[in-house]
Parts: sequence; C-alpha cells; structure tokens
Amino acid sequence: MPEVLTAPLVVEFPFTRSLGPVQSAFLTGLRARTVLGVRASDGRVVVPPTEYDPVTAEEIRELVEVGTTGTVTTWAWNARPRPGQPLGTPFAWALVTLDGADTALLHALDAPGAESVHSGMRVRIRWAEERTGAITDIACFEPYDSEPGRQPTAHSGEFADTDTETNADTDANADAGPVTGIIAPARLDYTYAPGRAQSRYLNALVDRRTVGERCPACRKVYVPPRGACPTCGVATDEQVEAGPNGTVTTFCIVNIKARNLDIEVPYVYAHIALDGADLALHARIGGIPYDQVRMGLRVAPVWTEGARFPDHYRPTGEPDADYDSYKELI
Amino acid sequence: MRDVAIVAFAQTAHSRTSDELSEVEMLMPVLHEVLDRTGLKTADLGFVCSGSSDYLAGRAFSFTMALDGVGAWPPVSESHVEMDGAWALYEAWVKILTGEADTALVYAYGKSSPGELRDVLTRQLDPYYVAPLWPDSVALAALQAQALIDAGATDERALAGVAARSRTDAAANPYAQLSGPAPMGDYVVRPLRRGDCPPVSDGAAAVILAAGDTARALCARPAWIRGLDHRIEAHSLGVRDLTESPSTRLAAERAGAFARPADTAELHAPFTSQEVVLRRALRLDDDVTVNPSGGALTANPVMAAGLIRLGEAAARIHRGESDRALAHATSGPCLQQNLVAVLEGEGHAA
Repeated sequence: MPEVLTAPLVVEFPFTRSLGPVQSAFLTGLRARTVLGVRASDGRVVVPPTEYDPVTAEEIRELVEVGTTGTVTTWAWNARPRPGQPLGTPFAWALVTLDGADTALLHALDAPGAESVHSGMRVRIRWAEERTGAITDIACFEPYDSEPGRQPTAHSGEFADTDTETNADTDANADAGPVTGIIAPARLDYTYAPGRAQSRYLNALVDRRTVGERCPACRKVYVPPRGACPTCGVATDEQVEAGPNGTVTTFCIVNIKARNLDIEVPYVYAHIALDGADLALHARIGGIPYDQVRMGLRVAPVWTEGARFPDHYRPTGEPDADYDSYKELI
Repeated sequence: MRDVAIVAFAQTAHSRTSDELSEVEMLMPVLHEVLDRTGLKTADLGFVCSGSSDYLAGRAFSFTMALDGVGAWPPVSESHVEMDGAWALYEAWVKILTGEADTALVYAYGKSSPGELRDVLTRQLDPYYVAPLWPDSVALAALQAQALIDAGATDERALAGVAARSRTDAAANPYAQLSGPAPMGDYVVRPLRRGDCPPVSDGAAAVILAAGDTARALCARPAWIRGLDHRIEAHSLGVRDLTESPSTRLAAERAGAFARPADTAELHAPFTSQEVVLRRALRLDDDVTVNPSGGALTANPVMAAGLIRLGEAAARIHRGESDRALAHATSGPCLQQNLVAVLEGEGHAA
C-alpha cells in the first residue's frame, strides 16, 4: 500500500454582505448601544429583527426600541470554547428575550460556572468597546438583577451622527453613518486527502514519472487518474506509465496576468495528450514564442529542482503529430 | 397517482476517517451494490439524483467528481441537491410521479473527517446575526435539550436511555460505526454528554426507486412510498419553540402518517434529545420500534444520514420485518427542516 498523502487545506473567504433596511437599522443601533426590534404581522416584537415576517413572509418595517436587559429562555454550558466564539473562557450559550421583545436572541453569557446559570435568570448586554455595526458589538450577556416589564417604544431607525446620549463618548463607534453592509470573515481548516488513485499518481510524480490508470471496461487510460472511469462508472486500477512526451491537442493564449502568478503574458496554456494517455491534461507551454504554438506540436515536460510536478512543457523538436492521431482527444 | 417504491438500499460501513479514499472511491462500491441488487445498469436508469455538501471535505464541486462513479455515458438525466440525500429522494419521487422516469438512483455521501464538523456546520447559519458567533452544532442541540429539560419533557437519565438503546440496537447493524454499551462520558456542551451526541462519520448510501410493475419486477417486496412531505420552520432559533417540531407534525400529517399506526420508525435524530421531540411530533407510542438500526447516534455521515433512515426503513419492509414504517430526515439546526415518508409492504410480513 503506497503512502496516503495528506496536506493542510485552508478555505477562507471574507464574505461581503449588504443589509436590508431593518438589518441596517439593527446593526447601526448596536453600534450606538441601542437594540431595535421589528413588529411582526401578529404584533410580536422580533429581536433580532428580520426583513420579512417569520410566519407570513410579509415585508415588515415598523421598528421599536427594546431593552438591553432580558431573561434567559434556555442555555447550554460551553466548557471548551471553540475558535471564533464570543468568549475565550468557559461560558454559557443563551437564548435571551430582551425586555420588550417577544423572541430570543442567541449570544454568549459570561457567568462564573454552570451552577450559576438557569433559565429565567436576568441578564444584560455587555457592549464591546469597539463597535462596528455587527452582532459582535454585543460582547456577551452578563448576569444582572433588574425588573422586567419595559415596553417597546417606537423608533425611527435613524441615529444621529454623534452619539448624543453619551456625548462624552469620543470613540469612533457612533459617527460613521448608517451601517449598510458587513464583512464576515470565514475560515475553515481541512486536512486534504486525495484518495488512492491520486495518491499513486502524486507519489509517482516524485520520481518524475507520470502514471495514469486504465479503465478495465473501456480500456481508456486516464492521466491524471481520479479513481473512477467517468464513462463506465467503474474503478480504474491498472497503472500505466504515460509520456513523458505528448502532443498539444488545443491551446489558448493568456493575455491577462493572474494575481500572485509570476509569469509574463502573453503565454500559452494548452491541453496536452501524453503519449499513451486517453485524456488530455493541461499545462503551460514555454520555450517557444507564444504565436508559434500550434495543435499537433510535440512537447516534453520541464522540471525544476525539487518540484513535485512539471513547471511547464517545451517543444521536443519532433515533427508535428498527425491530426488523426489526436483528434479523439480534443 | 403512480405507485412508487424503494426497491433497493446499500450503504458503506461508516467510519471516523477514510483518508485512503477520495469521495468517489468511497461512494462507488455502494452505487455498484445497489445496482447489482436490482440488476439495473446506469443506462437503464430514468433519473439520477444526489445529495452532498462541498463544505464537509472542503472540495469544490465534489458532486461532479462523484458523478464519475455513476458513469454518465451515454449522458444521464441528473440532478443534485446541496442537502441530505433524503431531499434528493424527494426530487426523484416527484420526477417519477410526473411520469418522466420509471426508475431513479438516489445517492448521498459525506466525508466529515477532513474538517472540523462542529465548525463547518456553523456556516449554514444566518450569516448576519448567528454565524459570526460560530455557535457549533452541539451547542445549538444543547440549547434545545435544556429547553426540553426545563419543560419537563425529559431529563439526563432518559436521554442516556435513548443513547443506550440506540447503541444496543446498533450491535445488529454491521454498517454502524458505534455499538455496544459505553459510558455517557463528560459533558460536551451541557446538558449533552458525549453519549448524547453522534459520532463524526464518513460514509455513503444509495437507494433505487421504481414505479408500479417495474418495482415489482425488481424487488420481491417493494417498500411503497404511500406519502412523502417536507416542511421548514423559521431559521431564527429564538422565534421557534425548540421543544416542539411543528414542521415534522405537518409533514407527517400530509404524508398520511396518522391514518394508521406504523410498526417501525427510523428517525433522523443525531442527538438523543431530538428523538424526544420527534416522538412527540409523530405521536409514537411504545408499541413502535424506533431506530432498530441504531440511528444517527451510531453512524452520522452528514448528508447521507437522512437518506439512510429511508433506506433502513425500506430494507425492513423488503426483509418482511415491517409492514408499515415511518422514515424521517432532518436538516438545519435543532430540527429546522423535516421530511417524513410513510412506507408500506404489500401483504402481511411472514
């Protein structure tokens, strides 16, 4: 059994999301330490507020201000916080119905231990010091004894450019206009494993050999192999060495420089049918002016020191291949 | 309306990792097995539909690679849902009902081992108010479990009983990942202990659907789909009563689940506490055999675990161990979306 290859794989996107008018008012409000809800068609005050009624899907726009204190409706003790979660020390996840709201908001509750938390307990918002117009402007909830009973009050959804309520507050949190979008970074870490067929292919490449796999049914040789013949739906298992030389079956001329790629444009990117392969792989063509590359050109791989795959392919100088010899591979 | 049945089912032996296999390498033996059971070839199929998610293994367009295992030549009529395969089965069922196909292959696969499943699943949540907090799948289930405990619907001892029964039943299931007695372990997110939570699994499953006489020709005792419906609730957890599952109740009503009692129910409850909710929603009493396979608590290949419930329920009908079974699949946090199927065999089981 050859070595099963693995490699770290990071998938990371900064998602840029625009906000509807209700979400915009809510997140602008959080930046100004104010919590807004929206009145649903049945009269309930929904916090955090949605653009559309959660039951009827009607557009809802009537904003109200609710309290920053509330009641825990359910909770769960998280002894081992995970990356990205609101607190790095043990905390309770909690659904909290803020005073004046009829639905609950999910956030962290900073409490000394599981024994100190119970449904029905009173809490208040602990605001983040730096607020940007995001759900994380609420740092977490914290235990806080107070009387429930606050009623929701009408709110325009507009906030003054400077935070008059806390005019001593000179930070930049409250004077940047309405929040119209969020940037939500998301990163997931994986351990990539290519599987049997591709591991065999990649292991052979270390010795600068190109090993494809043959379909037991249709006899085609796939380079690179992916474990299954896509025509027959069966495993490819017979290993067949292909190349190293091959024939350009078709190509394109790249005129726009890719970011993070140190290759001068224009250059040629081509489909190459390695000798003995029944599927073309693709690679860059070098060692020849871009406007002289042609279908049928015979090419050989060029390796750089220590590389696990060819850097590019260059002309061999052989006569061009007959069209009939590669027309099925285009 | 046409009669449509599940006529064959196959699944992998589910495992914690499958490093040595690509997704198509893991899936392909299951596709071959389910086709072999019926004698059908890919070219005979009227429709092919799959369910999977690229987020699990971090592989973009992985379902196109998986299709290599079907053998899409001559070109096949094919579709894919970024959901559990139970919803792919729903699409295939509708396709057959329209008369556009007489047979369908439905498959699903999930390799959770390359990533951190608890974190990966946070990416399905509301991106504005919830996902930025990275609340993991166990945490959200634990909020639901605590709400049930507060409501007096269950307690930790009863939940441990669900775990123990599932693992005992899984001993008779060669495809299960976990089986046999095990301590409940420490809290993962309180009140849920290790034993209340599903394992992280890699695995795949496939079924074949067929209509009318085709089904009878392919299977000695087809599992006829008498009703099938799925319903979704609001995504915001704070809007829902987490102790109830009105979407399961409504889907079950529309599928005809309450017309007559079932003898078996395969419930897609990855957490012990979710079985409590589903039993109430489906009005299951102690006469009903619940999750004889061991359920998702003993093997939880995400994206396939719901389809497996339909497959397991159908297989019991095929084997004559059930005459009328409910199969349930879920999607989203805290049973947000639910699918219910009513399956029946013809004639009394021997």
